[in-house]
Amino acid sequence: MELKYVGLSEINGPLVVLDGVKDVAFDEIAQIDLSDGTRRLARVVEVSQDKAVLQVFEGTKGLSLTNTTTKFSGKPMELGLSKEMLGRIFSGSGRPIDGLGDIAPDKFKDINGSPLNPVSRTYPRNYINTGISSIDALMTLIRGQKLPIFSGSGLSHNKLAVQIARQAKIADDNGQGFGIVFGAMGVKNDVADYFKRSFEESGALERVAMFINLSNDPIIERILTPRCALTCAEYLAFEHNMHILVILTDMTSYAEACREFSSSKGEIPGRKGYPGYLYSDLASIYERAGIVKGSTGSVTQIPILTMPNDDITHPVPDLTGYITEGQIVMDRHLEQTGTYPAVAVLPSLSRLMKDGIGEGYTREDHSMCANQLFAAYSKVQDARALASVIGEEELSEGDKAYMRFGKLFEEHFINQGFDVNRSIEETLDLGWSLLSTLPKAELDRVDDEHLSKFYDPDKAKTLFGE
Amino acid sequence: MDTIYSINGPVVKVKNSRTFSMQEMVYVGKKRLIGEVIRVTEEFTTIQVYEGTTGLMPGESVEGTGSAMSATLGPGILDNIFDGIQRPLKKLEELSGAFIADGANVPSVDTQKKYSCTITVNVGDRLSAGDIYCTCPETQLITHKCMLSPLSKGGEVIWRAPDGEYKVSDTVVKIKTDSGEQQELTLCQKWPIRTPRPCKQRLPGTRPLITGQRIIDTVLPIAKGGTAAIPGGFGTGKTMTQHQLAKWCDADIIVYIGCGERGNEMTQVLEEFSELIDPHTQRPLTDRTVLIANTSNMPVAAREASIYTGITLAEYYRDMGYHIAIMADSTSRWAEALREISGRLEEMPAEEGFPAYLPSRISEFYERAGYVENLNGSEGSVTIIGAVSPQGSDFSEPVTQNTKRFVRCFWALDKSLAYARHYPAINWNSSYSEYVGDLEKFYTENVNENFMNVRQQISSILVEENTLMEIVKLMGTDVLPDDQKLLIETARIVRVGFLQQNAYHKDDTYVPLEKQYLMMKTIVDFYTLAQKALSDGVLYDSILKTGWSDKIIKIKYDIPNDRPEMFGEYEKQMAADFEKLTEVA
Repeated sequence: MELKYVGLSEINGPLVVLDGVKDVAFDEIAQIDLSDGTRRLARVVEVSQDKAVLQVFEGTKGLSLTNTTTKFSGKPMELGLSKEMLGRIFSGSGRPIDGLGDIAPDKFKDINGSPLNPVSRTYPRNYINTGISSIDALMTLIRGQKLPIFSGSGLSHNKLAVQIARQAKIADDNGQGFGIVFGAMGVKNDVADYFKRSFEESGALERVAMFINLSNDPIIERILTPRCALTCAEYLAFEHNMHILVILTDMTSYAEACREFSSSKGEIPGRKGYPGYLYSDLASIYERAGIVKGSTGSVTQIPILTMPNDDITHPVPDLTGYITEGQIVMDRHLEQTGTYPAVAVLPSLSRLMKDGIGEGYTREDHSMCANQLFAAYSKVQDARALASVIGEEELSEGDKAYMRFGKLFEEHFINQGFDVNRSIEETLDLGWSLLSTLPKAELDRVDDEHLSKFYDPDKAKTLFGE
Repeated sequence: MDTIYSINGPVVKVKNSRTFSMQEMVYVGKKRLIGEVIRVTEEFTTIQVYEGTTGLMPGESVEGTGSAMSATLGPGILDNIFDGIQRPLKKLEELSGAFIADGANVPSVDTQKKYSCTITVNVGDRLSAGDIYCTCPETQLITHKCMLSPLSKGGEVIWRAPDGEYKVSDTVVKIKTDSGEQQELTLCQKWPIRTPRPCKQRLPGTRPLITGQRIIDTVLPIAKGGTAAIPGGFGTGKTMTQHQLAKWCDADIIVYIGCGERGNEMTQVLEEFSELIDPHTQRPLTDRTVLIANTSNMPVAAREASIYTGITLAEYYRDMGYHIAIMADSTSRWAEALREISGRLEEMPAEEGFPAYLPSRISEFYERAGYVENLNGSEGSVTIIGAVSPQGSDFSEPVTQNTKRFVRCFWALDKSLAYARHYPAINWNSSYSEYVGDLEKFYTENVNENFMNVRQQISSILVEENTLMEIVKLMGTDVLPDDQKLLIETARIVRVGFLQQNAYHKDDTYVPLEKQYLMMKTIVDFYTLAQKALSDGVLYDSILKTGWSDKIIKIKYDIPNDRPEMFGEYEKQMAADFEKLTEVA
């Protein structure tokens, strides 16, 4: 016989408390039926002998101490999974919302996932060609990596994510399935629309599964959204051997949902009011990227987060940076000068890049070219700082050469149209041509052999003028 | 029977029980999850659970084990990878597949494998605490020595097994204590992870841990048995530096603790270390490595324990007379685990939500390092190198500040160096090492009597450059007089040619001390010659035109590690070139 509990003993924000319950497990899912016939889902977040604290996914609006009956399911939150999920749109908690009816699940899985044993991982080594010069050359995306985009409000991160999703090619694509799982947490309606429209236009919609929690949807559902999306991604990658690119936006809204939930639970806050366990919590999302031994599929994550006030030391980007394998940072100044994509090259980084580039992956001169571009561009910053004090005219010849290099680099290398898809060869050749505008002696990260092969000031002159 | 009263994340409470003692290991629930008692009051016993508590119900049983959280110490630890509470991850994979399931109960070391043992005692011998009674080759590199537990009162050997093949749990020696009790000794023993293993006495650290990394060995050295912290924001190369040290330092055994870090990084260590050959012994690095992995999505309570598990394993090998280096990456995650558990216990927070006992916990950890004389008379050391991940790259946050108080070596990683891809991105101005004085004798006697002198000159060049840079930032280099331009140029040679080191170059990834010295000497020689040339009226530009600065910068690639005699040619050539310059002038 199923036990049902009538009424509640306390309601506080998204949390409700039930007294006198029996045999309730930590983290299990309950259904709350309202007297008006609607149903809400809730999760047990704290339990003791006679009392359970539940968070209600759809919010507690309209709940009273008497108008509910609660039933416990005996299971943690599970998501029904099927290959049919590609091409469909779901709510943040995994309900289909595109009006095409329910899916026929072929399997149910706990949305919290389990930690992947480091012994069972395959170290990611194969690069994904995004066709975007700044990313391919300087912060190469590797299959199985988690590489977030750190952006700010009003920057073109969404456009960049769409371009990556559209152009992403896997180096040794052998006809294996490639899919996209898109998780939107607390995004504005038009952002969700933008992604949907963009996928439609590029004809990719049938290989995209979308999980959408809009900014006016309940916050508890927001906490589930990335977990549902990743459960779906893991299923497609590891059971159907597909290469899945997961785009999660916006992680800052997600973290704020965690904060709201934590404070209503009365927990002791850490930095800026975020819960002390935010690191572990974010890690339980980001770490669900990778490649499992024995499977040919992969989960690659591109989470997008907006840095409040463009502050990279804010807890959300900060903790994210410690978990993810690098970051792509967007720059407001570049954006304002009309550069797209406005990637700030110096603070951006891909940690897995070193093992996924070079001979056999991209081209043998890749790491040398990338290193030299980084080193040269960092000198550009010094020259600019100096120029802002003493004026450009007063700079030494060497510094002037760097000023010029910096300008060309931003105009021709970083700047790239939304529809321009450059191959890795084009990108690297462009990089060498730009480096060739500098005096040969300045290229101290390149050995002589490569220098004689790629250093070509004449070609640079024809490309960029004197 | 004691049962669960309440569950809140990894914290479980038992009501009205008087059976548990502090820090006792317990089994929680039907799945027998491993937990530890962290608070006992009249009403509640609080337990932190080292595994996921999803699905746990009030009313399920809690069973005490009567002993504290302990590590199993015996052959089979090396060349292995454990989780935070010493469960072998390879075994867990066989048991539950690629994803780690809860409640797996696996012995820490392989109980079926047989080791070829030599019993080193005879009937009638007297054994006291710490004495070795049996040895066996654990890997091709390391001989395992089984010792009488440090807590034992000792006794007389009354039986010994013949030499031969034994499993970990086989009895090989029996002793009779003074009180007449009989004790059976196997190849393994247990030790509570939170208690330091005792030693006879601490010795001063006078030998450096040689790492082959130039900025560390010469500018900021660390002694064997010393402590160092590597703080740095994300992307500054903490993990990379730790990997380089783990690969190349001259410790006998490396304990690598991946504490709350990325899963892929642990996989990388696993893959890379099994392929890499140790330069000192020509064996794969895994032969001398123990990995402890609690990746950031594994249970948080086990993260707190992983640090103690790691150091207990290290101390055990130290007792055998080995030199151990611990890489803890990263201690900030461990501190955050403390904070998380403390928050769940509703303790009064101190700075930034960290518990008030954070400094004492950090100091307890670092104090377990040291160069010691063991109970059995041998000498061994434990060196701790802890990475710190400051929130927001702000070194004034509590974990960095408290760590700074308890370590003697501070290798501060710098974002702007990392952005310029200058690796290792250790900032020579804000870092320090208190071991320089202790190690002076070693360097003078074993490398070159002139070593400290040359090192000092290199440091002064860097310090002077730092002062000059303030002017350069405002006015550019053109306005400086020639001798200061020369200093800036020499400092550039030091930075690019000496401090910057290429981990992916076959020669440059590990540089022997002798070559390090000769490189420094060449730079100092250049500076002296060039200064003299300037005072003889040679133009600064003609000094630049000799091309020596670039030639010295490329020495790291051009002179192989095994051809130090080539430096002599460089020296002659350079002297000749400068003589020509002076003649022309």
